Amino acid sequence: MNSSSSSSPAPAKRPRSYRPIPGLGLSLGISLFWIGLVVIIPLVALVLMSLRLDAETFWNVVTNERALMAYALSFGSALVAAIINLFFGLLLAWILVRYRFPGRGLLDAIIDLPLALPTAVAGIALTATFGPHGPVGEMLADMGIQGAYSRLGIVIALVFIGIPFVVRAVQPILKDIQPELEEAAATLGATRSQTFFRVILPALRPALLTGFALAFARGVGEYGSVVFISGNLPNKTEIVPFLIMTKLEQYEYSQAAALAFVMLIFSFGILFALNRFEKARRRLPRIVEATA
Amino acid sequence: MTARAATNEALWVRVLLVVIALAFLTLFLFIPVGLVFGEALSDGLATYFAALTDPDAGAAIRLTLITAAIAVPLNVVFGLAAAWAITRHDFRGKGFLVAMIDLPFAISPVISGLVFVLLFGAAGIFGPMLAEADVHIVFAVPGIILATIFVTFPYVAREIIPTMAAKGRDQELAALTLGATGFQTFFRVTLPNARWALFHGVVLCTARAVGEFGAVSVVSGHIRGETNTVPLHIEVLYNEYQLTSAFAVATLLVLVALLTLVAKQAVSWLENRRVVA
Repeated sequence: MNSSSSSSPAPAKRPRSYRPIPGLGLSLGISLFWIGLVVIIPLVALVLMSLRLDAETFWNVVTNERALMAYALSFGSALVAAIINLFFGLLLAWILVRYRFPGRGLLDAIIDLPLALPTAVAGIALTATFGPHGPVGEMLADMGIQGAYSRLGIVIALVFIGIPFVVRAVQPILKDIQPELEEAAATLGATRSQTFFRVILPALRPALLTGFALAFARGVGEYGSVVFISGNLPNKTEIVPFLIMTKLEQYEYSQAAALAFVMLIFSFGILFALNRFEKARRRLPRIVEATA
Repeated sequence: MTARAATNEALWVRVLLVVIALAFLTLFLFIPVGLVFGEALSDGLATYFAALTDPDAGAAIRLTLITAAIAVPLNVVFGLAAAWAITRHDFRGKGFLVAMIDLPFAISPVISGLVFVLLFGAAGIFGPMLAEADVHIVFAVPGIILATIFVTFPYVAREIIPTMAAKGRDQELAALTLGATGFQTFFRVTLPNARWALFHGVVLCTARAVGEFGAVSVVSGHIRGETNTVPLHIEVLYNEYQLTSAFAVATLLVLVALLTLVAKQAVSWLENRRVVA
């Protein structure tokens, strides 16, 4: 075991960094074992399986018309929903932090419901609401808008799923903004809207972006709430996760893996960009901290 | 007319913003959740309870509970171990470990299920081997449990790590100095300090385990009374146009979700009270 030390010319016996707290081996061992078993091995299987296709087939599977439509739909509707959530998330965070009105505490708690509610339940509940016989769906139908079984339906489901991410990202930052900042702006003659757009919004921008990215990433992969409300028509309202399911049901494992592989690359790209962004943000002194 | 502070909006702006926000929540949250109960009770209480006491519903509830009872404790052990390693030790590659813990959050539920079909399915990597040994993982209970573990994997760790990091190492070091063993330190110092975070993590983990749909849907095979969890049972009923029954069973999951929120509020209330005291 220790024979390796004999090969190098007697290194000065540098003491291993002293660890006063025991249990690194055990805890790290359990962690790595579990991560390896539950996460790494399955993901390696995914890569191996998609590589069973030759390059031409792989390319064909992920770029044929149906797949491209599904990717465009998944990423497109997630983007639209995340933009909608950016506005309403900021609005909700704003009224929850800044205003006092009856039922505020309850509202604050209920914001997390989309995260806690199983997606299948969200799916049937939203379909019942926005479907042709639903209370909102009927109103939309009168205006000539199809709420469920359409692309709009997918966006509706993703708005529902994504809203807590933006609210919860913005809320703590909004709470931390020092009132002195706004007072200073007002003293210097800024109108309320100028203060909002030039002082408050810039301070919230990183949090808004974080919430946006989280909502977007969640929306891209969302399945349960979408399949009920979308109708799953190929080339029209078929999202990538549903297309993957279809391939699996046809026992086209490698094709399903290839579609999933491309999707994962995109998802990781988003996560990576988010991580980089957060790091960059930490390096910059934030207004909030600079004035604290 | 009362003067308003320069750092607040006019009353009509405030009212308007609150009204818009409430309208948004009504449209996306209150009406849909209310409709679940409305539809479930639309044929009366007898039909409602008949849907809940149906044998297939019973089997689904049992399978869901078994799945959660296996997945949650395993993820608790992992979460505690990961938190101990990450917050109480320094080692290279810590950032990588943290990123790995977050990974399942970034993966579509369908892909989370797919990976296990690719491993253990009939045409999967270990498929032929398993077929020879007559072991069924995919389209059977083990697959459901594996997929659930995968999607619930980050919850406990994600809740405990920030709390343990914030508490720092001083108390553990003091305990060790006073002669406590590692395990004594862990069980008498670390665990009590992190108990609310642990509780919250367990609640979130359980809620997700009970409600997971996409990942479980891929590996289940939808065999009635055998491999249907509660969310899958709802899907089957819904697709068979047994809407009232589907919504009736869905009310159970809505109640679980609401309980989760109550638990979260209770935890933050207890934590705040401790800080004040």
